[in-house]
Amino acid sequence: MIEVRDLKKSFGPQTILDGVSFRIENGESVAIIGRSGGGKSVLLKHIIGLLRPDSGAVLVNGENIVAMTERQLLRVRRMFGMVFQGAALFDSMTVAENVGFGLRRHEHLTEAEIAKHVAAALEMVDLPGTEKKNPAELSGGMRKRVGLARAIVYEPQIMLYDEPTTGLDPIVSDSIDKLIIRVRDQLKVTSIVVTHDMRSARRVGHRVMLLHQKKMYANGTPEEIFASQDAVVRQFIDGVADPQETIF
Amino acid sequence: MNFLSGTWLGEWLAGLGRITLLARETIASTLTFKFSRRDVLYQIYFIGIKSQSVVIVTGAFTGMVLAAQTYFQFHKVKMDTATLAVVSVSMCSELGPVLTALMVAGRVGAAIAAEIGTMRVTEQIDALRTLATHPVDYLVVPRLMAATIALPLLTVESMVVGIGASYVVGVHLLGIEPTYAWWNMLKYSHDVDVMIGITKSIVYGGIIALIGCYKGLSCEMGAQGVGRATTEAVVYSSITILICNFFLTMVLEQLCVILSL
Repeated sequence: MIEVRDLKKSFGPQTILDGVSFRIENGESVAIIGRSGGGKSVLLKHIIGLLRPDSGAVLVNGENIVAMTERQLLRVRRMFGMVFQGAALFDSMTVAENVGFGLRRHEHLTEAEIAKHVAAALEMVDLPGTEKKNPAELSGGMRKRVGLARAIVYEPQIMLYDEPTTGLDPIVSDSIDKLIIRVRDQLKVTSIVVTHDMRSARRVGHRVMLLHQKKMYANGTPEEIFASQDAVVRQFIDGVADPQETIF
Repeated sequence: MNFLSGTWLGEWLAGLGRITLLARETIASTLTFKFSRRDVLYQIYFIGIKSQSVVIVTGAFTGMVLAAQTYFQFHKVKMDTATLAVVSVSMCSELGPVLTALMVAGRVGAAIAAEIGTMRVTEQIDALRTLATHPVDYLVVPRLMAATIALPLLTVESMVVGIGASYVVGVHLLGIEPTYAWWNMLKYSHDVDVMIGITKSIVYGGIIALIGCYKGLSCEMGAQGVGRATTEAVVYSSITILICNFFLTMVLEQLCVILSL
């Protein structure tokens, strides 16, 4: 169970999150939607303890991770897997070394056992036989799949996805969505997907939350959110720019 | 201390505090053996083996020019045969460790800051943390250990090459009598000179690795941030080495007197 209580975060004079609260139950899949630069990724990084809030609490299975030191957080993070927006693969390592990184460092496995786990994870993300490739040889979609394989290889309880379909064409985006659903259903993990891809949010989330003006503005099932008549929710879902607002 | 915030002094003190905390975390991690031996060996290869050419060339030409210049001055007072003694003591206790450290700071300090800085801006360090790996354990400790092992070895290599090159220049080019030159060199050079040089090089290895890692870990986002971190790593390590050299010389020489070495 993940619970965020009254989370506030500013970078210098700019407030990013101003009292965000929500709760996610075990096994639940939640899509967090919101404008670009609205603080979705910042929120996600607070959930895994990569960023520290100015105030508020983040409870993971009842433990407040905000009060933990970086070393104490390492234990908690073993429950998590995270897929980054740009995949964040270690570019000095091969695909196999990337995927097997966590196993090699934390599990007492032989090289043969690690290779077996790596092959199984790559099979799950539909990239069998790519072990010896370097990240530079992979396309954007393949890099995200390898990032996903690296995150799921040691079977985490909670998966975090930071804009997994951003920058990908609709067909690759669709395959990534299916992959997220497959991981969610096969591994029974709690999933949090940060996205501004409405199609993706509708498909992967049991629940959709809208982060708007530094707060959690809406929270409901995909059906409720996508049928909402609230002007802010509607504007975001329909992708309509406000003529009064300067975007660029 | 609020009155210092935003001033260069405040920023400098804050940076000093952060690097001290990084050093403390690194030493604690080293003592608990959380690092990988494979990573340490790779870093020894990168810092030690790959820096050989630059250290050998620097050591050789420093020894040669020092021999030539010392000879030209000593020749005026008929002290030609003391030339190699001066070169030997200088190379062992001062020039060997300092010049080796400065060359390695330029090559390795920059590479460390650029590599870790790039990892930071491409979220690879965040990825490490999500994989339950402390960046200090994985990135800083192997580099610090490798630098403190490789620098003394490189320094000894520089001393040997520098003295050897000075012998060739002094004896074969400038015509110094080899027997007396060798005798004087052994008479005035002591084990303690070599020990001072090695002690200094261990400290300089730590400075290069720690400043390089700190600059990489704290670099600002974007290509400009990585570039600045790289430059600052080289400049700050070099300045710190030169400042430390004076204080280390004073302390170590006094220590030798106290211990009658």
